[in-house]
Amino acid sequence: MSVKLVLREQEFEVKPGMTLRHSLEKIDVLPEAVLAIRDGEMITEDEILHDGEVVRLVAVISGG
Amino acid sequence: MKCIKCGEKAVIHLRQHNTLALCKEDFLAWVPEQTQRFIEKYRMFGRDDRALVAVSGGKDSLSLWDILWRLGYSTTGLYIGLGIDGGIGYSDTSLKMCEKFAAERGLQLQVVDAPAEYGGTIPELSESTHRGRKKPCAVCGLVKRHIMNRAAREGGYDVLVTGHNLDDEASILMANTLNWISGYLLRQWPVLEAGPGGLVRKAKPLCRLYERDMAAYALLRGIEYVYEECPYSHGSKSLFYKEMLNRLEAERPGAKMSFYVAFLEAKEQGLFASSTDPALERLHNCPSCGQPTTAPGGCAFCRMLAKAV
Repeated sequence: MSVKLVLREQEFEVKPGMTLRHSLEKIDVLPEAVLAIRDGEMITEDEILHDGEVVRLVAVISGG
Repeated sequence: MKCIKCGEKAVIHLRQHNTLALCKEDFLAWVPEQTQRFIEKYRMFGRDDRALVAVSGGKDSLSLWDILWRLGYSTTGLYIGLGIDGGIGYSDTSLKMCEKFAAERGLQLQVVDAPAEYGGTIPELSESTHRGRKKPCAVCGLVKRHIMNRAAREGGYDVLVTGHNLDDEASILMANTLNWISGYLLRQWPVLEAGPGGLVRKAKPLCRLYERDMAAYALLRGIEYVYEECPYSHGSKSLFYKEMLNRLEAERPGAKMSFYVAFLEAKEQGLFASSTDPALERLHNCPSCGQPTTAPGGCAFCRMLAKAV
């Protein structure tokens, strides 16, 4: 029973049933620094993540 | 969460604007509307102006070019080849992204290859001139500013536009405020007028849009951009300040926007009393390349190149 979050080469697993925002807090990723894609669709932070789902996190910060 | 405009499922919540959540279609309309609003608010350029858009292959500059194209502005892209590989062919990939983008929209792209013109890649110039040997960012900035101004002058463009977003501006502001660098604070503004000696007019049409929103725009528009960071950006000060501001933003949505916008408003109300920038008064043309400079004698770019020989 888990949800997989993928950020670049890193994979994180969180419990299902939490919102995206809560899941990001669990893995210590700032919601302001990523966009989340589930099944090819961008989702908002209030979306509940379900068992077996894979969410791709796109880092938004660039610079140098 | 539902789109506040049409009630369909929202794809993005712009927390800095409280309850503003938008579906894909309405978000893709909102971004150009906002950009146009700020182009007008800060009197950046008009419909008859020819704009040179500096593109790096990243999400911000390509999205900006796409927005200006959708808004019907007359634009040409400028790509500057820097010769940065970093084991991932960084510059080669960036150029390909820009070429593909321009070809798909029938837009003109001017390419200036710095290594071919000045005899070395950015890491090589940095190494040979002893100017930030391990961190070539200072040389990179110098080379880009020189080429952008030169290309805009030579091409007779009315304005040079760059893809700086609000996070870029807020992080620069944070760095300059923490050190009270008055000259930079005096100059920081969404548009910089043309100066003496051929200093071209510069504008930042995305300066009021969050970096996250620009990434969302690029993804939702299907713009292919270079996702990887510049290999030299790791550990940079600007990334540090951006992260710091995002921590603040997580606790207080809108904090970044308020920090930057309140600064602009304070300037408008005369917080910085000096109306003339002392640096502008020192501007003269470099005897070697003819570009404007405030440095006594030759410009920093020519002095850097002289050391590289």
